[in-house]
This record gives sequence, C-alpha cells and structure tokens, in this order.
Amino acid sequence: MGITLTDNAAKHVNNYLTKRGKGIGLRLGVRTSGCSGMAYKLEFVDAVNEDDLVFESAGVKVVVDAKSLPYLDGMELDFAREGLKEGFKFNNPNVKDQCGCGESFNV
Amino acid sequence: MALFQIAEPGESAAPHEHKLAIGIDLGTTNSLVATVRSGLAVCLNDEQGRPLLPSVVRYHADASVEVGYAAQVNQAVDPRHTIVSVKRFMGRGLKDIAHVEAMPYDFVETPGMVKLRTHAGVKTPVEISAEILKSLKSRAEAALGGDLLGAVITIPAYFDDAQRQATKDAARLAGLNVLRLLNEPTAAAIAYGLDNAAEGVYAVYDLGGGTFDISILRLTKGVFEVMATGGDSALGGDDFDHRIYCWVLEQANLQPLAPEDARLLMMRCREAKEFLTLHPEAPITARLASGEMVDLKLDVATFAEITRTLVSKTMQPVKRALRDAALRPDDIKGVVMVGGATRMPQIQKAVGDFFRQEPLTNLDPDKVVALGAATQANLLAGNKTGKDDWLLLDVIPLSLGLETMGGLTEKVIARNSTIPTARAQEFTTFKDGQTAMSIHVVQGEREMVADCRSLARFELRGIPPMVAGAARIRVTFQVDADGLLSVAAREQTTGVESSVTVKPSYGLSDEEIAGMLQDSLAHARDDAMTRALREAQVEAERMIEATEAALAEDAGLLAAAEEEKIRAGIARLRAAAAGDNRRAINIAMDDLGFETQEFAHRRMDQSIKKVLAGRKVGEIGMGEEE
Repeated sequence: MGITLTDNAAKHVNNYLTKRGKGIGLRLGVRTSGCSGMAYKLEFVDAVNEDDLVFESAGVKVVVDAKSLPYLDGMELDFAREGLKEGFKFNNPNVKDQCGCGESFNV
Repeated sequence: MALFQIAEPGESAAPHEHKLAIGIDLGTTNSLVATVRSGLAVCLNDEQGRPLLPSVVRYHADASVEVGYAAQVNQAVDPRHTIVSVKRFMGRGLKDIAHVEAMPYDFVETPGMVKLRTHAGVKTPVEISAEILKSLKSRAEAALGGDLLGAVITIPAYFDDAQRQATKDAARLAGLNVLRLLNEPTAAAIAYGLDNAAEGVYAVYDLGGGTFDISILRLTKGVFEVMATGGDSALGGDDFDHRIYCWVLEQANLQPLAPEDARLLMMRCREAKEFLTLHPEAPITARLASGEMVDLKLDVATFAEITRTLVSKTMQPVKRALRDAALRPDDIKGVVMVGGATRMPQIQKAVGDFFRQEPLTNLDPDKVVALGAATQANLLAGNKTGKDDWLLLDVIPLSLGLETMGGLTEKVIARNSTIPTARAQEFTTFKDGQTAMSIHVVQGEREMVADCRSLARFELRGIPPMVAGAARIRVTFQVDADGLLSVAAREQTTGVESSVTVKPSYGLSDEEIAGMLQDSLAHARDDAMTRALREAQVEAERMIEATEAALAEDAGLLAAAEEEKIRAGIARLRAAAAGDNRRAINIAMDDLGFETQEFAHRRMDQSIKKVLAGRKVGEIGMGEEE
C-alpha cells in the first residue's frame, strides 16, 4: 500500500521545495488533537528520523513516521483549488468521521 | 474538506489555529494582497484570476460602493464620484495637494485632512482607502478560509507621521489589525531576501503607473535604514504610453482625436509598450470612428528614442538621492526594480549602466512589494520561528523635534532612530519672569518650523518666575513600537508637568474613528450627529468666554465701533450655538475669529510691552482662535 501523490500535488511540492532552497521531501503524519481526535501533519523534511518510513511517489520523497502509518496507509495526497482557496487535500480511506472543516478526523 | 499548506518541520499548526496573515501593497494606481503559502509568498488573485485591484472607488447615489475594475470602467462616465489615486490625499490638507484645479472632485476645505463630497456624502481619504482595503480583506478571507490575524501594509518611505497615521486609520476602519506599516522599498528588499544578505547599501528603483520613487537603503544587522529618498510624483509608465500615442499621431498624420478614438489608441499604445518588453517590434493597428485605419510598426530602437527624455528624467532623482546619502554608484551593492514600468528594456539598461550592475528583476515588479509585506506579516504572526535571525526593528522616517525661538526646529529624535525609543532634552525660558511655555512638536528634516509638519501643540504652565535662562525644562519624546509619539515637559526645580500623546494634526482621533464606525451603522447615525453638534457648541462656548474675557480686560484697545462689531459677532455666535445647525455654528465661529484678529494683534503687542516690563508672557495669543 503506502502513500501516493497525484501528479498535480507532486508538481506543487517540488515547486515549493525548490523555492525553499533546501529540504529532501514531504512529511505526512497524524497526531492526537483537534475536535475529532486526530489532526494531520504536513511539513517539509530536512532530516529523516530512525522510525521513519520513506516512500517515493511521483518523484517526491514522502516520509511517514511508523506510528502514523496505520492511519494514513492507502491514502492519496492531491492539490486542489476551491474558489479562491488552494492547497493540499488528504484523500484518506481510513477516515470514518471528520469535523465539518476536515482539519481533524477519526478512524 | 480542508486544504492544507506545508509547514516548516515541527511547526504544523493545530486544527483551526492557523495564523493567517497578509501583506498589502496599497498603491496609488493599483493595490495587491499577498500571503505566504507552504513557505512561499504569493499574491492572491480575484475570481477572474487577476492579482491587481485598481485603486479606484466609485460612490453611487444609493450609497453603494464599487471598488477596482468595475469602478475604473466608469471613471470617464462619473469622474466626480469615482475617486482615483486617493493615496495622494492621505493625511493631506487641500493646500498640500498639487494640481487640485485639474481634478474633477468636489473638495471640501476642512481643517486637517481634505474631504471629498460624493453621492454618498462627504468622505475622507481615510474612508475611501478603507474601501480598497475592505475589498482586499474579503478577497484574502475567501482565499485563506478564515479570519485574519493581521496585515502588514506598505507605505512610501517618505510618508510622514500624518500620512502613516491616516493609513493605519484606514486599516482599522476596514477591520484590519495592522501588524506593522512597512516602507515600500524595504518590502521590496525583503521580497528579494536581501535582509538575509550581507550588510550593505541597496537602491530600490520604483517606477509605477504614475509615480517614480528612488530609495537608498542601508542594511545593518538586519535593519533597513532609509538613507535617502527621491522621485517624481508625476512621472510613470503612463507617460511612456503617451509618448507612443504622440508618435502615432505624428506618423499617421492624425488630427486631434475624438475621446473614444483617443482612448482606443491609447490602449493600443500601452499594448505595444508591453509587447516590446519581449519582442523587437510591435504592431499598432486601430480602426478609428471615421473609418480611417492606423497601421504602424514600432521597433525597440524607436521606442527607446522617443522616450529617452523620460528615462533620463528618472535618473536625475537617482543621482540626487545618491548625493544626499553621500554615496557613489559603486557603493551600491544591489538594485531592486519595482513597478510594472521597470519591465521596459530601456529602463533596465539605463539603471544597469548607471549602477554598473544588473538590476534584480526576477520577481514580478508589480508584485514585489506585496510579496515582501506578506513575508514580513507571516513572520510577525509568529509562523516562522527559530533559526532565522530576523531583527524586526523599524526606524523613524523623519526627525521629531520642537520649535524654538525664531521659528527654528530643534531635533530631539533624529530620523532613522530605531523604535521604540525615548530621548530627552533640556530647554529654558527666553524672557525674565516667563511662567508658561508653549511646546510645538514638529516632524521633518528642515531647519525652519514652517517647512516641517506640525504635529501637536501643548503648554507647560506654572513655571515659577525666574530670570531668563534659569528655568530647566526637560522635554521627553517617546515613540512606541507602532511609531506613535508622546511628549512630556517637566520643569525640574518645581516638578510641574504637562504632556500630550501626539495625535498628528491630520490623523483621526479614536473618537473620530469610533464615530465613523458608528456612522456606517445606520441606527447610530443620529448619535454621531448629536455628538458632533455638541462638540461644536462646546467649542463655541469656549470661544465666547475667551473673547468676553479679553474684552473685559482690554476693551480699551478698541474703538467703540470695533468693540460693537465684536460684541455683535459674539451675539451671533451665541444665537447659532443655541440652535442645532452645526454648520451655522462653525460659520459664526469663523466670522468671530476674523473680527477679533486685529484685536488679538493689539493685545499681543501690548503683552510684549508688558513682558519687556517683566510681566507674564504666557497669556499671549489667548484671543486667537486655536
């Protein structure tokens, strides 16, 4: 399984990494917080930790810590525009329930 | 489903706790809003994908307001109620504004800032600017999907305290929390990351649609100081369009054109100018109303030739600014290009030749100021912590000081001092037995008070009578982190004190802002009117009292007929103040002020005579209207 990026998401990640001038990839993760129990993490990666798993999707190095993986396995990261808004979108099959805004979720 | 941005390692925000901050370039011709997304500063476009918002506001008879392109389209149809370039009026009185007679507006002469009469009532430049800011704010909220923590708004480096305060007031009126006002050239330098570069001196060449600015900045320890500024407030990209237009008229042998033909041709000229940025030759074709065809080709060399004088006109202020900063072109470490007009190759060449280096042009010159503001806003919002060792100090743009005898300026805080700051200086009395001292706070670099901007006046009374020069009066200037000034005076031997928090004379007081906010709520309108009327009545009472007191003391200085006139003026003012017509009260106050001018002069002469005899000087000017 693992985690995949759409081509559009990969294009944006690579663009941001280039403009940032450093970093080796993209970190996805979850942590417990938020109104529905868990919240996503989406960060640049400067260093890989010991318990990290590294995937490669659409030319982007995707880093996930071992604890987060069960919650994210099989998901797809997309880049979307909604009206004037734009950003990354988590299409996560593990999610049962999420808060109205989708920033926080439950499995 | 929420849309996420990429955070720095370890800095993902908790759900619903994203700190949304924006940067706004509030320009004379166009305005923009930008933010930082996934670590990258980007401009936010409108629904049609356009980043620019023309700084044009149109008021309709039904009190509705149009901002941006929609208002711009109607500029020719409804010029009187369609306000362009309102930035030129910010914090300015009518006499400060150049070419008023050529403007289509109905100006209202009021003390302090000029006002404009529109369909929707009398509007201040602050209110008009607030409409532009509101439009940008709602665009940002739609794009970021939440409430904004705050905004950084850019202003020209040469803006004085009154203009800065007016900008801040406009933001407050638009419901924006101002994180900081940032100098435009500094914002441009930040966009290029120069604040992380080595220390040195940088030039920012900003050629906009209708204005030209040059700034010389020095970066030391992360702080940008404005060393010199210069420019031409009536020179911009539009003038280049006009040169092409004149060339077309000449080449095609055209008679002066009808307005719609002129507008069409001007548009074609602008397109040709933009085309020449990337192409060696531009076609100019247009079918005029008469059926006549214009079909010309303009090449880069000809374009450079017909605009040569415009280019050299920008280089004169550049040379002057360098001379002001006591620098040579070689001392400049980098040149930043700002404003769409700097895309023209002949401009880049002229600037490159003068500074003997390639100017920085890889960011969009229309967006660079907004991008820098967004970067700064992101930082001030606390979205970037740790490693980046940014010092976020700001400096005072113009020296602050006070008036001394003979109308001279004594500077207390020099320009480019970092804020917050406090500085004190000692002054003494000028005449024997002087018991009061009038403190006049001014801002500016010039030696004569008349050439500086007056910020506030207050009095220190109760100085014990002493021989001239014996009293020790310590005046303390304090500027807080927002650049606002408070001044305190203290007589050292007795400890008598007096102070003001300076509300620049052109700025708006908190009450006025509150009043305007109330005004916008229809139900509160009457309250605000009542308050304003009451203020006028109080002012009228004060004036009547002062004039009567003066008459009681010095009626002997007047001929019977003169005294009669003044008493009649008092009676008229008293009658007006008893009514509820604020305008009538103000007119009656102006009239009485006029009638008592000569009286005040004579009283002043008499006071001076008394002073020479060792009497009080503190009472002079009492009969004069403040």
